[in-house]
Amino acid sequence: MEMKKPLTQHIKPGQALSLKEYEKVGGYRATQKALKEMTSAEVLEVVKDSNLKGRGGAGFPTGLKWSFVPMGAEAPRPKYLICNGDEMEPGTFKDRVLLEGNPHQVIEGMILSAYAIQAEEGYVFLRWAYKESARVIEKAMAEALSAGYLGKNILGTDYSFNLHLHTSVGRYMCGEETGLLNALEGKRANPRAKPPFPQTSGLFGKPSIVNNVETLCCVPPIVDKGADWFKGISKSEDSGTKLYGVSGKVKKPGCWELPMGVTMRELLEEHAGGMQDGLKFKGALPGGASTDFLVEEHMDIPMDYANVAKAGSRLGTGTMIVLDDKTCPVAFVHNLEHFFAQESCGWCTPCRDGLPWVERILLAIDEGEGRLEDLDILASHAKYLGPGNTFCALAPGAVEPLQSALKYFREDFEKHINEKRCPWRS
Amino acid sequence: MLTAEEKKEIQEEIKHYPIKKAASIEALKVVQKYRGWVSDESINDIAAELEMSPDELDSVATFYNLVFRKPVGNNVILICDSISCWLMGYEKLLDHLKEKLGISLGETTKDNRFTLLPIPCLGTCDRAPALMINNDLHRDLTPEKLDKILEEYK
Repeated sequence: MEMKKPLTQHIKPGQALSLKEYEKVGGYRATQKALKEMTSAEVLEVVKDSNLKGRGGAGFPTGLKWSFVPMGAEAPRPKYLICNGDEMEPGTFKDRVLLEGNPHQVIEGMILSAYAIQAEEGYVFLRWAYKESARVIEKAMAEALSAGYLGKNILGTDYSFNLHLHTSVGRYMCGEETGLLNALEGKRANPRAKPPFPQTSGLFGKPSIVNNVETLCCVPPIVDKGADWFKGISKSEDSGTKLYGVSGKVKKPGCWELPMGVTMRELLEEHAGGMQDGLKFKGALPGGASTDFLVEEHMDIPMDYANVAKAGSRLGTGTMIVLDDKTCPVAFVHNLEHFFAQESCGWCTPCRDGLPWVERILLAIDEGEGRLEDLDILASHAKYLGPGNTFCALAPGAVEPLQSALKYFREDFEKHINEKRCPWRS
Repeated sequence: MLTAEEKKEIQEEIKHYPIKKAASIEALKVVQKYRGWVSDESINDIAAELEMSPDELDSVATFYNLVFRKPVGNNVILICDSISCWLMGYEKLLDHLKEKLGISLGETTKDNRFTLLPIPCLGTCDRAPALMINNDLHRDLTPEKLDKILEEYK
């Protein structure tokens, strides 16, 4: 069977598709179809039927998310559609591929999504470090505007959509939906209380939808080819393809678009070329730094939302970080918790005050100064930062690698404590 | 005082938002682009331009790690210290940089040529270790490769 790659099939390394090239391979055909032949409700319906789930980490059904936006003449205006391109989850490098390789598919995904919720204004939110993405997107936006795909009366229809680019100045928190909205309003990227949800009261208090880059890129092929087609290209109950990535000490780190639901073994061995010579697989974070470890016993589970959750982790961003047997797991987790402690926005106490303690305890253990009761303290922080104790989901995410490391690598922690040194250091 | 050019660019940015102060991050970037950093005086000037209080603007400026509220060198090195780069040789690269430049993280060389800062994941984990110098991304680095790259930045 021919492998379907609706997101990356036309991407050439190191070069962005121009408007002409994108049109030549069927680009903006879905926009023609949607704006001229479909109602906004029909676009929403096909995305709902496709069972597309958010690719930014949470995996929330995209159509369902859109369906909460108030519609009709009474709805508050303007409504906003925002592309979340603040890719900052350590170990994640997939949206960059789409932004730099096929910017028009991102833009077309935004047009279609905006049309579905009848949004008038849109923002592409990019992180500071993505300079090339910003350059490529800005150029593509100008091309799309002059070709009549953006701006007033798109393709001669009644529908108008203005698109703006915002490049950020740092902070992991900007990737969190409500933090991103605050950042776009020119404020500190602290989270907001929900409800009200952004769908009803988001950017500048207006109905807003924030979707991840990869999610938006799925929308044009869904509108063009239909919900059943999108479901059919998957290997699992979760539809579509997924950009999977592998980094760490494997032979060929990289990012590949594959049917949703490939196994970790297939990813590691067939695509990433296996572990580097002399190293053994010890564990992996399947979807970025904020996901629980998976280990050898999980090698053959399908990497989709439901099955990774059943194994006690999250598909997250789908970009895996591999821990090998010659790397100290305590130092590995210390590096992660250093990141989370530094990037905590400071809004909620368990995260702001808890993570620096976690970081210090892990450092002490790594340096041979840990005590056995420290493991209980670490576990208690994992509990305090758990779901429901903070405004945003980044706090529970911050302790997912910690709690699973305590579960799978407890012996290694204890060895550090008992031997008063790191067994991995000579 | 803001220059005419800075004011013009800030006014251009304001057009993208329904309220003036929403452009605060864009305005800080404009000033930093021309001056390398954002001084207290600039905070006051930008705040006036955006019709917001200097304290409110400073709360924004100090939240985001890439708004520099202290002077930096001619070139800013941002070395990725996140997990994939750490696995692939970040520590070796950092030690090399520290020794070569004679500075630690957060410091600027005496000749003002380089400032060295840590940065979270640069989103290029398959080509780790990586760092950025000013607006340029450098990846698949070794200490030897980095030496050559540094020569391009005066």
